[in-house]
Amino acid sequence: MSETLVDLDDVLTRYEPVIGLETHVELGTESKMFCGCSTTFGAEPNTQTCPVCLGLPGSLPVANAAAIESTIRIGLALGCRIAAWSRFARKNYFYPDIPKGFQTSQYDEPLCTAGHLDVEVDGQTYRVEIERVHLEEDTGKNLHVGGATGRIHGADHSLVDFNRAGIPLVEIVTRPVPGTGAKAPEVARAYVTELREIIQTLGASDVRMEQGSLRCDVNTSLAPVGSLEWGTRTETKNVNSLRSVERAVRYEMRRQAAVLDAGGRVVQETRHFHEDTGSTSPGRSKEEATDYRYFPEPDLVPLAPDAEWVEKLAADLPELPAARRTRLQQEWGLSGTEMTWLVNAGALGLVEQTVAAGASPAEARKWWLGELARRANDAGVELADLAVTPAQVAELTALVAEGTINDKLARQALDGVLAGEGDPRAVVAARGLAVMGESDELVAAVDAAIAGAPDVVEKVRGGKVQALGALVGAVMKTTRGQADAATVRRMLEERVLSS
Amino acid sequence: MSDLTALPVTALQAALASGETSAVEVTRAHLDRIAAEDGDLGAYLHVDADAALQRAGEIDASGTAGTGLAGIPVALKDVFVTEGVPTTSGSRILEGWRPPYSATVASRLHDAGTVLLGKTNMDEFAMGSSTENSAYKVTRNPWDRDRIPGGSSGGSSAAVAGRLAPFALGTDTGGSIRQPAAVTGLVGHKPTYGSVSRYGLIAFSSSLDQAGPMARTVMDAALLHEAIGGHDPRDSTSIDAPVPTVVEAARRGAGGDLSGLRVGVVRELGGEGARDGYDPGVLERFTEAVALLEAAGAEVREVSCPAFDLALPAYYLIAPSEASSNLARFEGMRFGIRVGDDGSRDIDEVMALTREQGFGPEVKRRIILGTYALSAGYYDAYYGQAQKVRTLINRDFLAAFDDVDVLVSPTSPTVAWPIGARVDDPLAMYAADLCTLPASLAGVPAISVPCGLSEGLPVGLQVMAPALSDDRCYRVAAAVEAAQGAPLADRLAERAA
Amino acid sequence: MSTQPEPDPGAHPALDRQDIAHLARLARLAVTDEELDRFAGQLGAVLDAVARVQRADAGDVVPTTHAVPLTNVLRPDVVTPCLPRDVVLAGAPAAEDGRFRVPRILGEEE
Ligand SMILES: [Mg+2]
Ligand SMILES: [Zn+2]
Repeated sequence: MSETLVDLDDVLTRYEPVIGLETHVELGTESKMFCGCSTTFGAEPNTQTCPVCLGLPGSLPVANAAAIESTIRIGLALGCRIAAWSRFARKNYFYPDIPKGFQTSQYDEPLCTAGHLDVEVDGQTYRVEIERVHLEEDTGKNLHVGGATGRIHGADHSLVDFNRAGIPLVEIVTRPVPGTGAKAPEVARAYVTELREIIQTLGASDVRMEQGSLRCDVNTSLAPVGSLEWGTRTETKNVNSLRSVERAVRYEMRRQAAVLDAGGRVVQETRHFHEDTGSTSPGRSKEEATDYRYFPEPDLVPLAPDAEWVEKLAADLPELPAARRTRLQQEWGLSGTEMTWLVNAGALGLVEQTVAAGASPAEARKWWLGELARRANDAGVELADLAVTPAQVAELTALVAEGTINDKLARQALDGVLAGEGDPRAVVAARGLAVMGESDELVAAVDAAIAGAPDVVEKVRGGKVQALGALVGAVMKTTRGQADAATVRRMLEERVLSS
Repeated sequence: MSDLTALPVTALQAALASGETSAVEVTRAHLDRIAAEDGDLGAYLHVDADAALQRAGEIDASGTAGTGLAGIPVALKDVFVTEGVPTTSGSRILEGWRPPYSATVASRLHDAGTVLLGKTNMDEFAMGSSTENSAYKVTRNPWDRDRIPGGSSGGSSAAVAGRLAPFALGTDTGGSIRQPAAVTGLVGHKPTYGSVSRYGLIAFSSSLDQAGPMARTVMDAALLHEAIGGHDPRDSTSIDAPVPTVVEAARRGAGGDLSGLRVGVVRELGGEGARDGYDPGVLERFTEAVALLEAAGAEVREVSCPAFDLALPAYYLIAPSEASSNLARFEGMRFGIRVGDDGSRDIDEVMALTREQGFGPEVKRRIILGTYALSAGYYDAYYGQAQKVRTLINRDFLAAFDDVDVLVSPTSPTVAWPIGARVDDPLAMYAADLCTLPASLAGVPAISVPCGLSEGLPVGLQVMAPALSDDRCYRVAAAVEAAQGAPLADRLAERAA
Repeated sequence: MSTQPEPDPGAHPALDRQDIAHLARLARLAVTDEELDRFAGQLGAVLDAVARVQRADAGDVVPTTHAVPLTNVLRPDVVTPCLPRDVVLAGAPAAEDGRFRVPRILGEEE
């Protein structure tokens, strides 16, 4: 499947992209949306079901208060208007993973409308308008059996697990976002990143894309530069990582440009994203347009959040990521670019906690963006997943500041911490990492170095002071790095230059 | 002991409490009668005699028989889900299904100590007025076995009228308790929507369905109502309010004094100028019943509710629309039968074949009609407009209840018709619900109480009251019953004896 | 809830065999040719009768979707016991590996 693609730079000389995103977030409630079944991830199939979430005859839904509150809080965090009157509706269609023959969702009366989210890409702010935030229920999961690939096509039959069916799902729909030009892929990614962080801050969901608790559909269209009308959009489904969001938009821009360049028309369709190739392919088109026959769910009564309730939820919102970033940037005296690095590295919270544990902001940043980022990179894990806590990092910086260890010893101490040997102070003690004082042992090592390299001593005395470095190195080597380099240099200078 | 199956529940309670009889004896008497009569009547879809006797034995052993409803047998319409007990809703598609849970009302009756005799026949998914739409069997009217027992709760009406159960639960979406009660000489009450739990009631039309009692006397109906009513946190549409004092109201009404009560005769339901389709005999009994009310001291006037004329079209849009969605879950994937899964067909084909063979023609007709009424481009003209008509009907009720305390009408325009007479004419079948639909659409309570015979067949009087004033229905019904001297059902028992 | 244009309320379109076939497909009902004919006739008559709702003067009337005046009926976020899996699958027409077994799926996921 090698499709003609236009270079991205080339695309932008002729076309303007418009993007749009629909994001589904599984809420982190204890129980499901309309029944008391547990939502714990990873349970044995069909062990977290009951008559309600299996859609058994006679069962009835009752809405989860925590899910309603989470949805309102997400709406508030996105600056939405909270509806004074909202209803659930039935979206009627047949699919084996929806147990009732309809999905309980919201249609023309969603809980939250008309919000926005500002995202920053390369120092420029883009406003993404939010059309609606509504609440619905997740589907079960199909496992396709018999085909070569475990994919739906060619499968002999499928197996359905309803553990996930009925988990509360918030859908956040943007309005079309024009005017992002070449930055369209990055804006899409930045939007999902920021949205994810907001929801995490709210504690509304663990937003783990790899576990499917945050899922994205990405809409992309192109219009000829200068055109007043937008082009036909495609909807790319199942884009399940931040990187893929960016890649999906980029791919669709390049593909659609090629179609338009060839005089063709972009087909309004659903497309699937392929992680392996970074490409999209068309979904199987249905012979008949789906008619969901939405109508108000008669088994659930309307939601009418009163002002008092909404105000209380608003008052209890935590500090949101953007506000927090502004505050920390000021407190730490960082430039905008420095702040962006910190955020992009996923180190903001870690640095904040390290500072809270007593480190200076500069030291905390140095550690997390330097040594620790390297270690994470080498191990192929996220910074946050390293086996070291912000408190331990703060302890390392304290040990260096008080002169107990130097930077090199600190790195050895970190090895010990990561190896599970305990807190830095314990590792320093156990491994005997403390810096050597002006001890007899050090004096002996200095004297031995001078005695062992008369030629170097000659050079130094002859005015090539920088040659002293070789002697420092020799001393550090015999002391296995445990001496303080500055002390060693001072002792060498005293002995070589003054005699 | 006299024939235990002829006794009202109140008499059974007394006999159990005094030790004159036992739950096992009462249960066995009814099982014997079922064994003798049900082959012909066809009231039950499922009877487990051993389970019933064992349960009765437990109640006797517990020493609670006679307190409340403990030890009293009861029959449930097969629309109620019962754990481990086959539940079909009258449909082939649920053949063999044993639910893993019980309806709230079934649990409440169990907790009250009643003994489940069995599950009664019904029109498939409660769609019908004659019980002829059952996938399983024909049910006959005990008053004339060539006639229908009403529907959709026709198994329950035949069982109670035929003394195969002391009382039974039915469900009423557009008249399915009241009409079968009327045509079999029983008392049947549709409670205020939201006052009896729908949890575990297999849904036909969610915004209309309501469970209620069917019994031979007003007091027996009130006792059953009291046992099942009240708030249920599993049903979001359940009203968190005390159960209306229906037993007290039945007692009070039996005193026969209705002075001060304002009764409205609905012009649009069998009143002057609206008598097309009504049996003359039904109208005569109705007029006599109104005279009885006046004689008891009620103040009677005629009221007009013009929007009631549109109740039938509104109902036949709303109910099929909701049904088309409610019945979507019956596709053969998680429960019930599956047809055609031989490896050659894909899932859509298997679902369609399962539904083709699992559903009967009336269910299919309504699913197609409801699918149409909800579909893009037609929603506003059909479903949306029907919901607006519903508002107009509500307004008519509210205005009427400003002037009167209750409204009355015939329950059914005709007496029971011969089996088979209307099966090929859906519109004729639908006309049976003419008088019962307004109260269904508005969610207000309505009772049917016998008011005599026409051509030897029972006629019912419908009494409608404001929401949550179910007690008024019982009071008026009890007064009507008292004025006639004895429950109409006794005449059938005498005739048989 | 639909925002589609209303059909002319005066003359509702009669349902022909093709319409019935389309609706039956939407509703996952296999219908025989004989049923198509019968339903087309019967539903035409029913539709004539129900189309009378359009005569109501109900322009600004708020639709009644619920017969109870309740709002905000919510349950606390508390976990309650689930059904045992063997019970769940016992009622299924086909099961395999702790899951419901269903015939092969041709359409795309929603
Ligand atoms: Mg959705
Ligand atoms: Zn559940």
